[in-house]
Amino acid sequence: MAKNVLDFEKPIVDLENKIDEMRKYEGHLDIADEIKVLEEKVNQLKYNIYENLTRWQKVQLARHPERPYTLDYIYMITENFIELHGDRLFKDDHAIVGGLAKIDYAKVMIIGHQKGRDTKSNLFRNFGMPNPEGYRKALRLMKLAEKFNIPVFTMLDTPGAYPGLEAEERGQAEAIAKNLLEMSRLKVPIIITIIGEGASGGALGIGIGDRVLMLQNTWYSVISPESCSSILWRSWDYKEQAAESLKLTAEDLLEQGIIDRIIPEPLGGAHKDHHLMADTLKKVLLEELNSLRKIKPEKLVQNRLEKFGKMGVYVD
Amino acid sequence: MAWFKRSKENISPESRKTDLPDGQWSKCEDCGEIIHNKQLEVNLWMCPKCQYHFRIGSDQYISFIFDKNSFKEYDKKMRSGDPLEFEDTKRYKDRINATIKKSGLNDAIKTGVGKIEGQKAAFACMDFGFIGGSMGSVVGEKIARIIDVAYEDKIPLVIISQSGGARMMEGAFSLMQMAKTSARLARHADAKLPFISVLTDPTTGGVTASYAMLGDVIIAEPKALIGFAGPRVIRQTIGRDLPEGFQRSEFLLENGFIDFIVNRKQLKEKLSHLLFYFNSN
Ligand SMILES: [Zn+2]
Repeated sequence: MAKNVLDFEKPIVDLENKIDEMRKYEGHLDIADEIKVLEEKVNQLKYNIYENLTRWQKVQLARHPERPYTLDYIYMITENFIELHGDRLFKDDHAIVGGLAKIDYAKVMIIGHQKGRDTKSNLFRNFGMPNPEGYRKALRLMKLAEKFNIPVFTMLDTPGAYPGLEAEERGQAEAIAKNLLEMSRLKVPIIITIIGEGASGGALGIGIGDRVLMLQNTWYSVISPESCSSILWRSWDYKEQAAESLKLTAEDLLEQGIIDRIIPEPLGGAHKDHHLMADTLKKVLLEELNSLRKIKPEKLVQNRLEKFGKMGVYVD
Repeated sequence: MAWFKRSKENISPESRKTDLPDGQWSKCEDCGEIIHNKQLEVNLWMCPKCQYHFRIGSDQYISFIFDKNSFKEYDKKMRSGDPLEFEDTKRYKDRINATIKKSGLNDAIKTGVGKIEGQKAAFACMDFGFIGGSMGSVVGEKIARIIDVAYEDKIPLVIISQSGGARMMEGAFSLMQMAKTSARLARHADAKLPFISVLTDPTTGGVTASYAMLGDVIIAEPKALIGFAGPRVIRQTIGRDLPEGFQRSEFLLENGFIDFIVNRKQLKEKLSHLLFYFNSN
């Protein structure tokens, strides 16, 4: 039986449980036809539910505790990964991981937010919320990649930069700001993928690139629906409405011209089939990398400036 | 006049009770001194007794930083396009219209070019009085354009920040203004053009985490709140009270994130000296 069932998935799980129950009697009773009917019904139900998710439901999927995280993708799609640690200034931040890897024949520097799966690993990873040294480590690795002409892939999955006392003391804002500036002029291809939660500056801090891709059930915005609800509605109870108002899904961002492409997930979400998800992601990343390789570094930087320069809606 | 309207809102509810006669007086939030508005203006909106810096808007900064009649404003009419047709308890569109009417500003920033002691500079100044000085598409685009002006004309850039952060009602568009402005600053820096960032109370969130922290020189007014996360959020996260002076200008100076603190009376002089040092001619 599946753990971590989301509220809207309950009808599916109930039906699946019923089928499992019936299977136990399949040897004694002639119910194969009935099971078949129910199986068709469950498939239909899955399509109906997963193809019509509300924005809030997609936020829930983006946070699903069984989703693949950065290191999972690295292990599934790359070879010879060498993790590199530390910002050379203060310490190693475990909420951002990165290192050199090989995808087919391409050398890449992969950097991403890293969440934990249980209480212990989440404490170790600080729930994927980086401190300034995380952003500084990411920048160090990007500059290293640039030095040896290695393209950069980043994977975004964070509930936000850590809002802690020491983070402020060590310059959380400065660390993020510097990354935005340096990434905008880095002379190697950068491909960004939002693999889970893209929460505000904490996500954008490793999020400037030539291509910005989003997995189908992820979100990316300036604030989480919960925080938005608490500030604008002065209550935590309006997160569903806040998610609707913020228009924060992959489809929304594609329409807004902020991302370039949506990467489809297995039915029900990336966590339903890690390997299928990883295969799809790998294919897309290599495709995008190949198209970027043809562009000269100066042109790459110029295009990047123009790409982000176009974002915004105003009346002149 | 515009300043006075805003300052009245900034006065805390308690001080409003002990109301001040005929709207000609203001109370210092720090020491409680009652000051005549004329005197306050002459003193660049600082308390004559304790030097507390009253929060002021772009018009006030322009009035004492730039040489007389030298400042020309750009993109004056630009307004938000409400890209998400955002609605919370109010429609964003209505919020914008009401704020424009009340504040006399079209958004949370003014940009332009003027002269500081005879030296030409591209300039932007934010207004906290417009939806908390929040950065949406208009702020980002106006900053990007004024950086372009500096780049094209090869002149220095000065930005005075005053902001609660990115504007929620424009969602990811607001977030991308951080990217847009930082990318423009990278090109500006590559052209070896100076950028001086001035931080005033408050400078937080997405503004701090982009252009405000990217100055060649970063200066701040005394006791300004400067940070990434707001104090309320940090208090909730760590579950205890924050130390005295946390996230204030003096704290940032101590931690190495700003170059110096400037009294408002010396702001123009310090800017003009810096422009002189960075001038290649
Ligand atoms: Zn005073």
